Amino acid sequence: MPGASVFTQQFEVRGRDFANAGRASTAIKEILKEIGIPPATVRRAAIAAYEAEMNVVLYARKGTVELQVSPREIRLLVRDEGDGIPDIELAMQEGYSTASEEIREMGFGAGMGLPNIRKNADEFRIESVVGQGTELDIRIRL
Amino acid sequence: MRLEEIRRILNCEVLSGDEDLEQEVVAGCGADLMSDVLAFATPGSVLLTGLTNVQAVRTADVADIKAIVFVRGKLPDREAIELARIKGIPLLATRLTMFEACGRLWAAGLRGQPEQEQPQNAGSVRLHTTV
Repeated sequence: MPGASVFTQQFEVRGRDFANAGRASTAIKEILKEIGIPPATVRRAAIAAYEAEMNVVLYARKGTVELQVSPREIRLLVRDEGDGIPDIELAMQEGYSTASEEIREMGFGAGMGLPNIRKNADEFRIESVVGQGTELDIRIRL
Repeated sequence: MRLEEIRRILNCEVLSGDEDLEQEVVAGCGADLMSDVLAFATPGSVLLTGLTNVQAVRTADVADIKAIVFVRGKLPDREAIELARIKGIPLLATRLTMFEACGRLWAAGLRGQPEQEQPQNAGSVRLHTTV
């Protein structure tokens, strides 16, 4: 059966928790390395996870990053509770950002997050409900 | 280029990873925006940045950056140094500006990507030529 997971792990991510921002993604990277996924693929998954995790930290109240690994693919499901994205097409454009000055001073908010995720994914789906939250489904084939 | 050469060319202070300076980096990347590092840096690069918080180190770890040089005399916080030790990412600091530091490394032969790899469009066929 396609997509049957052999491994699943979920990480909690808190909004504005800058001290721990990126921990889920670095843990995911370690797991994928240990499983024996090729380094270039590990890097793609880690970058996609990190951008998605930072989006939760920077813009949402809280969220989860779920890693699923099957023989066919790596899947990252990122769900958050937050303001949502009113215009996804606009948010997908390189350079478009609603980031505050505080976020930019941290080195983020360049408007490259979602485009970076798309670039590193084989399949990328994003759904958002304004006032409720956003859900990303990122798949990288093995 | 070896990290030891980079230390010498940029007159760097070594903040962590003193014992790892014999490592080679394949390319260089200069950026203060972490998404740019994630989007454009070559794995195995040295990162030159003015961003000194812990996210610089996390970004380096995620993007397979081998070492970080902090420019403009800025020093990272304790948390960033601690994480770099755990992840085995050497940290160096120079008083030079970003422009000056990148320029000196480029003049010494370091490039944005390894010599034989030219920029190419995503999804194109990769051709390798041996010279």
